[in-house]
Amino acid sequence: MGTEEMKIKLLNGCEASAEGALSAGCKFYAGYPITPQNRYPEYMSKRMEETGGIFIQAESETSSINMVFGAAAAGFRCMTSSSSPGISLMQEGISYLSGCELPAVIVNMSRGGPGLGDVTPSQADYFQSTRGGGHGDYRTIVLAPWSCQEIHDHTYMAFDLADRYRNPVVVLGDGLIAQMYETVKIRPKKKRFPKKPWALDGCYGRKPNSLKSLFLTPGVLEAHNWKLAAKFAKIEKREVRFESYYCKDSTYIVVSYGTCARITKEAIDRARGEGINIGLFRPVSLWPFPYQQLAECIRTAKKILVVEMNLGQMIDDVKIAAANSSARIFFYGRPGGGVPDPDEIYREIKKK
Amino acid sequence: MKTIYQRPESLTSATSIYCPGCGHGIVQKLIAEVIDELELRTRTIGVAPVGCAVLSYDYFNFDVTEAAHGRAPAVATAIKRLLPNRIVFTYQGDGDLAAIGTAEIIHAATRGENFSVFFVNNAVYGMTKGQMAPTTLPGQKTTTTIYGRKAETHGFPLKICELLSSIDGVIYLERTTTSDIPGIMATKKAIKRAFSLQIENKGLSLVEILTSCPTNWKKSPIESMKWIKEVMEKYYPVKVFKEPSVAKI
Repeated sequence: MGTEEMKIKLLNGCEASAEGALSAGCKFYAGYPITPQNRYPEYMSKRMEETGGIFIQAESETSSINMVFGAAAAGFRCMTSSSSPGISLMQEGISYLSGCELPAVIVNMSRGGPGLGDVTPSQADYFQSTRGGGHGDYRTIVLAPWSCQEIHDHTYMAFDLADRYRNPVVVLGDGLIAQMYETVKIRPKKKRFPKKPWALDGCYGRKPNSLKSLFLTPGVLEAHNWKLAAKFAKIEKREVRFESYYCKDSTYIVVSYGTCARITKEAIDRARGEGINIGLFRPVSLWPFPYQQLAECIRTAKKILVVEMNLGQMIDDVKIAAANSSARIFFYGRPGGGVPDPDEIYREIKKK
Repeated sequence: MKTIYQRPESLTSATSIYCPGCGHGIVQKLIAEVIDELELRTRTIGVAPVGCAVLSYDYFNFDVTEAAHGRAPAVATAIKRLLPNRIVFTYQGDGDLAAIGTAEIIHAATRGENFSVFFVNNAVYGMTKGQMAPTTLPGQKTTTTIYGRKAETHGFPLKICELLSSIDGVIYLERTTTSDIPGIMATKKAIKRAFSLQIENKGLSLVEILTSCPTNWKKSPIESMKWIKEVMEKYYPVKVFKEPSVAKI
């Protein structure tokens, strides 16, 4: 008693993520309706009013991300959410955020593509998320939750990471996590925040600040990019996250992330029940990718199966991690419009 | 000795890289003078999007951020909502505001965002070296309309003040010119009006300023001034389009 009691709520993934943002002190949300994440702006419109933050329903995702740019420039914790086509529209803005070194959180409840695709869960935005996504040499930290609790925790953490590195952070969910309901332990409200001496809030008592990514003087842009490169290298060293499940000494490793990993885990449990020596490696940060940790995990493996809800994107990173491994690498994926069930993954595990 | 004139505190001592006869220098100086006169420098945040306008962050001596092409009104919206006691303005060219950023300005206007917009209309894309702008005049030659702008193939110029005047969230709209000294003085007055209305939380104000781009017009600075007066001002009438209906006591 006396301490702040941890609240437990039944929330869907959008709501859970939004509550994580609010616990992290998010003061600004701009968004635009797109299925399967419509609950996000709806929920935020109510919660921002209740918590004294700003909610804006923008005229487009392009505008949303640029509003987020303004909020970040002013020194406030800020975010937007959308789904795949909307996230594509935001890529220019995300590139500017990274170029101007502004912290922001972007939640992508990804759906089937390409084009308009459909509104079912998909992981086809892996390349876009982990390779920068927009123009220029930059990366965004990408967190891939597999439950409502995790999207809550990841969103909360994303704000700290964004501030720490002054770089946009992507929380990569999907249509499944956006719409499923689970109990979530709500994090207590963050009370202490890092100072932002670079923010634009009027130059009273200090020299003017300016935020820019345009450097026309010869040599200056390259120097700026080398500075960003050093920052990205630091992130690669410090911010790798992953989870392994029965990986130790397993000769058969399945690599999968997000909700797909959760489906895969059920198939693995069944296979293990039959005595198959199999484990699951789940990258939690997709960038930085846990190359070294995966390499360690597959040291004794003979077979690797990569399972994704796409035509094979993360498998490229698995191959990089497995460069010195003699294990054979297989892939099972369902592209936009298809969601695997545990039975079919179990069958794939047995087939390989 | 008495000081008759000096550089406004709101301008840095940086040497401008704008072309000789360019209107940006005039307008930026007027904005800086008004900010000084209203003593707003230490609580002003400027938003400078892509185009020649973006360079203004090197010339304004207060907080300024870059914005992506056309997106300054979205950026300014967030800054002003989060910092309602600060003075926020966007400084946008015609390609930026009237082509790629048309949605952003219209929706900032419909939301009645309480910031000021300075819209620099020189009827051409400046930084990219003279392509047709949405405000390029009929018959005007540019690098993408080498025989002159034709309505059949290139459409008609976009009249921003006329377009925005139907939007309820806009409180003040005026088009001014920099073709002569009275025009420049009237421009300064309009800039001051826009900032004053923002201080009073009245809603979105926009001043469209007709300026010169001698380099891309392939005219001398003097010929350019004449062209603004004789051609641009005919097509884009210099006047107040909208102002608060209730006079302030």
